[in-house]
Formats: sequence, structure tokens, C-alpha cells
Amino acid sequence: MELDRIEKLLEKYFEAETTEAEEQVLRDYFTGGSVAEHLKEYSAMFSYFSQAKEERFTKQVPLKPRVNYYKWISVAAVAVLVFGIYFGKQYQEQKEAEYAYQQTKKALGLLAQNLDRGTQKVAYLNEFQETKQKIYKNN
Amino acid sequence: MTQTEFLNVVMPFKDKLYRMAKRLLVSSEEAEDATQEILMKLWARKKGMAKYRNVEAFAMTMTKNFCLDRLKSKQSGNLKLVHSNYADENISLQRQVEVNDSVNWVERIMEELPEQQKIVLQLRDIEEYSFEEIAELLEMQPTAVRVTLSRARKTVRKKLLEKHSYGIG
Repeated sequence: MELDRIEKLLEKYFEAETTEAEEQVLRDYFTGGSVAEHLKEYSAMFSYFSQAKEERFTKQVPLKPRVNYYKWISVAAVAVLVFGIYFGKQYQEQKEAEYAYQQTKKALGLLAQNLDRGTQKVAYLNEFQETKQKIYKNN
Repeated sequence: MTQTEFLNVVMPFKDKLYRMAKRLLVSSEEAEDATQEILMKLWARKKGMAKYRNVEAFAMTMTKNFCLDRLKSKQSGNLKLVHSNYADENISLQRQVEVNDSVNWVERIMEELPEQQKIVLQLRDIEEYSFEEIAELLEMQPTAVRVTLSRARKTVRKKLLEKHSYGIG
């Protein structure tokens, strides 16, 4: 009678019409040990299913969030950027000031040089003055 | 959600995810990596997790999709999955007399099934999910689940009987 019921359940099982409870009955029967000779082939299936259910995931999962990590990296990046701009600007200003100084120096130098040349030329006027004096004295 | 709370939610079904991944990817290393990946994805989404009706089903679907993607990319990359967790043939030769060996056949037979059948058989006969859960998880009609399951079970039976008669003859 028991066997009859198992056979019926098997038939239903392969048509996928068994309920969970019925499948449990089958599992219990086939893993129980006292399986009828002509049904022995099926026990491999059910034994495998219960055996496969025992497999475990043993690997550790590193759950430390990487999100925070990114946050701090971005903070550091912003800091570097701000400092970069700040010091870069300072450096730029220094450079500009130096350039202006050089330009002014050059301009003043030019001016001094030309002024010098001017006074040299004006020195000739003295020559004229002296000659004029000589002529006056002669008269 | 703290780490302990998260682990409390995830722990009960992490083995199921792993078994599903292994069913599809075959290699235990690949399956471990996939499970780890899924758990980390869940952890990253932990804020939204309270909103999911059924975290387990959600994680299961994620695993299934992840593994199928993985298989697809391996295929297109013309790479074979390499795995080393087959039972050693020499040892199993010794044990071939034992009935125990045919249990391993079932595993090999399941490897040869089409993916959808593998998934359904895994969910129903190993994880003992209800048809409704499977249907929801796979976004299939319950009747379609039954048809697929019936086909998978029959294929396993057919191949198992074939191997048996080989063993005898």
C-alpha cells in the first residue's frame, strides 16, 4: 500500500504536480534506506537533492563600506585643488610683480641713457657760448 | 542598518545564493566570487533594503541574473569556465560499485540541462520553494514553471536510467 502510494506520487512528481508536502514524503522515502528494488534508480536523485542542500557558503565577505573611502578621497582632492589655486595665484602675482619691476627698471634705464645722451649734446652748446665770448672780447 | 542587522537578514539565505550560483557557474570558486559580489551589492543598497518585500527573493533574482550575465560574457569572450571541483575520476572508479556514485551523476546530469530548467529544478527540489515563489522570482507563469520543472525532472530521470543500464550492461 505504501509502495503503491509512492509510485503514484512519483508519477505526479514527474508531471510536476506534487505539492511540497508530497515531495517531502518522497524525499523521506528515498533517503530512508528501505527503498523497493525497482525504485532504486530514483533514490540517487533524491539523495543528491538533499545532499546538495547541505552545501555551504564559507567565504568571508568584506563588508567595510568603500563609500566612506571615496568621501575622504574627494575631500583630499578638493583640499589639494584649493591650496593649488591659492599658492598658484600667489606665485603668479609674484611673477607678475617681478615682471613689472623688470619692465620699469628697463624703462628707467632707457630714460637715463637717453638723458645722458641729451646732456652730452647740450655740452656742445657750451662750445658755442665760449666762441661767442671770444668774438665779443675781440671786438 | 548596521552590519549585524544586515548579516541577520542575509545569513539565512546566503547558502541558497551560493548553491544557485554554483548550479549555474559550476565552479565553486566562480560561485564564491559571485555570491560575494551579490552580498556586497546588497550591502551597498542596504538603505533601500527595508523597502523590499522579500529580500531573499530579490537576492535570488540578482544572483540568477548575475550568473547568467557572467555565463553570457564568458561565452562571447570565447572562454570556457574552468573548474577543478569535479570528483577525481580515479577515486570514483574505486567507488563505482557503490550506489553513492550515481548521486554524483545527478550533478553531472543537471549540468547538462538548459539554464532555465536548472534554475527551476534547483529552486524547487533543492531549495524547496513554492511554485508561486519560483514564478515570481523568474517572472514566469506558474504553469510555465510546472512545465519546465516536469521537463527537467524527466530529463534527469531519463539520463539517470540510461547511465544505470550502461552500468549494468
